[in-house]
Amino acid sequence: MSQPVAAVGPVTHAHEARHEELSFLRKYVFSTDHKVIGIQYAITALLFLFCGFSLMMLMRWQLAYPGAALPLLGRLLGEARMPGGTMLPDFYNELGAMHGTIMVFLGVVPLAVGGFGNFVVPLQIGAPDMAFPRLNMASYWFLFLGGVTMLASFFVAGGAAQSGWTSYAPLAIIAPGQTMWLVGMIFLITSSLLGAMNFITTIIQLRAKGLTFMRFPFFVWAQLVTSFLLLLAFPPLEAAGVMQLMDRLAGTSFFLPSGLVVSGQPLTVAGGGNPLLWQHLFWFLAHPEVYVLILPAMGIVAEVIANNTRKPLWGYRSMVYSIIFLGFMSFIVWAHHMFMTGMGTTMAAFFQTTTMIISIPSVVILTALVISLWGGSIRFNTPMLFALGFLPMFGIGGLTGLPLAFNIADIPLHDTYYVIGHFHYVVAPGTIFALFAGIYYWYPKATGRKMNETLGRIHFAGSFVCMNVIFMPMFFVGLAGVSRRLFDGGASYAFAQPVLHLNVVSSWGAWILALFQLPFIVNFFWSIRHGEQTGQNPWEATTLEWAAPSPPPHGNFLVAPEAHRGPYEYSVPGAARDFLPQFEA
Amino acid sequence: MEIPYTVEIRRDTGLTNGKIGIWLFLASEVMLFGALFASYILIRTGAPQWPRGDTILNVPLATFNTLVLISSSVTMVMAWASLMRRRLGTFRLYMGATILLGFVFLTVKYFEYSHKFHDDLFPSTNNFLAIYFTLTGLHMLHVFGGMCVNAYLLGPGSKLWETNPKWFTNRVENSGLFWHFVDLVWIFLFPTLYLL
Repeated sequence: MSQPVAAVGPVTHAHEARHEELSFLRKYVFSTDHKVIGIQYAITALLFLFCGFSLMMLMRWQLAYPGAALPLLGRLLGEARMPGGTMLPDFYNELGAMHGTIMVFLGVVPLAVGGFGNFVVPLQIGAPDMAFPRLNMASYWFLFLGGVTMLASFFVAGGAAQSGWTSYAPLAIIAPGQTMWLVGMIFLITSSLLGAMNFITTIIQLRAKGLTFMRFPFFVWAQLVTSFLLLLAFPPLEAAGVMQLMDRLAGTSFFLPSGLVVSGQPLTVAGGGNPLLWQHLFWFLAHPEVYVLILPAMGIVAEVIANNTRKPLWGYRSMVYSIIFLGFMSFIVWAHHMFMTGMGTTMAAFFQTTTMIISIPSVVILTALVISLWGGSIRFNTPMLFALGFLPMFGIGGLTGLPLAFNIADIPLHDTYYVIGHFHYVVAPGTIFALFAGIYYWYPKATGRKMNETLGRIHFAGSFVCMNVIFMPMFFVGLAGVSRRLFDGGASYAFAQPVLHLNVVSSWGAWILALFQLPFIVNFFWSIRHGEQTGQNPWEATTLEWAAPSPPPHGNFLVAPEAHRGPYEYSVPGAARDFLPQFEA
Repeated sequence: MEIPYTVEIRRDTGLTNGKIGIWLFLASEVMLFGALFASYILIRTGAPQWPRGDTILNVPLATFNTLVLISSSVTMVMAWASLMRRRLGTFRLYMGATILLGFVFLTVKYFEYSHKFHDDLFPSTNNFLAIYFTLTGLHMLHVFGGMCVNAYLLGPGSKLWETNPKWFTNRVENSGLFWHFVDLVWIFLFPTLYLL
């Protein structure tokens, strides 16, 4: 950092003295400190992940034992939802729509981008904070409002949204519950947009002296590309959300075709709209969104793998070019979600070609991560176990996506459990494992203490087995042709009978998975006070965040750090130790 | 704790944080309005018939409004230029004029809207009116937002001039960039909705 930053040191201290006087409210609730905001995001997101998971566990009961009364819990949910403990189809639809919405927009993205991005990125680039701290606070509170709106929608007349997380028109326009969903989404979109602007500005402007782009840790690259995706892909969904809201509230017909008949009654609207327009605008966001879910995860895994193999990442530059290319390509693949809409063969050919092309950079990154393991003296600690778990799980998720990318192969597989299996292998044992790796890895930075290893290993082993028990059967159920939208999991269809028992397997996998999260929850809280105390660099890592004290004070660094070398200089021949930190001259 | 490059430019990027921030925000705004324009094209090309804008909408009023917004962009630049010449008084004059012109724009729009409602023309009447009300309504929200920021810079925000004139000038410049963008959106909206 040049002149102005050199002056930051003393200023920081002066300000800190003033900061001591901040009230509890300003320090922990309406804080502008990126670390506090990051932790707020992370905790909110973890709660929502748990909430989304709970919705899914209820659904799994109905799928495993259709029509059976759910003991105890069933009665608590009320006569309107589960009379006598038996789930009503409308409630099942609410659970389905809200599971997707909550997991994607309120769970994984806020944890991966809001949580880790906020906490780690400014530290990794050696910045005192984000470029716009108050905007950062606003992003969190918009997310919070969005979350409250989504949760509240369960308790208003008509209930929560029932039209799937994709909210396809015209169903979403005529079904109850959608208005709250749209309002909530507008809050969440605003939150993401403000966050994305902030991240890009921070990464470009607040880099420490000597930290050139090619010296960025891979995680910073991942967040930079992710932010561009959020910035440019979310506004079209906002536009679509506004139009759907107009359709519902002002009686317009953006997505309603002429002559629509609902329950035997012709709809009294002007008509002339186009339901496919919604799908295009939705997937224009939602495909890049898939990469928003996976890129930060790849970034975390790259950090953890480099640190625990004690080796530089293999092919760092190829990985960087790949992730940029991936970000660009993710904008021109969206209609592969729409092969069944009757698009022409030319269009289908275009989108299946771009989809095939986008798999290349993903494979480059995954391959580079796998080759990075070669010849390393690997430390098998909990973060590394989760990072290693990510590799084959994301591999399965990615490879099972190939048949879906082909127009012809997609036709029988579209909207079956096969798609659910594919997508969840990418995000559940994929992204969420990476997020767990990140929590175990950066926990010492946030608290000054490590999480317990034994509990961490139990958490990993149990989760790894259960994730596969849940999602592997879905491929078989899907290949048998069972639709993902069925309220009874296929029980009323003759062709589904041979695979129905797999629904029971998946469900038990999900419930046992919940049990294996208990060690994590206990560990998370117990370690705050009782974990093994650590210094500022417990993992002997090389990147700049480890130059700050643990936990870092307001303003982060005691002395403005400088980057003297690349991010992963492990086991350099001739060096005294097996790591050469960026921050040491 | 001080965030670097809020006032001074960073030498290797040649920019302040605020300048990058506002351009990124405008990029997202381009995608927002771009999606709406794209929807307009898709719905219009799919419609069996589509009214010409001037058969329903009031072209002279909109022409007047176009001139109003273009003038407000000029006064916005003059406000910023006055600060560059360190004249706070002239800045106040031009900034006040910018806000006033924004107010004139919204008033004209109000008469246009109420005239349509009076003639029983609502967003639900047909898709031309649906897209007209959605696009111009969203644009009006942007005008209103810009006016709020400008009013802040004219009022309580101008205290910053005394302590850090350069920072204040940067803020006015960034607010101006947004205002010009809002103006530019209207330059596209006017022919698309009223003339084509």
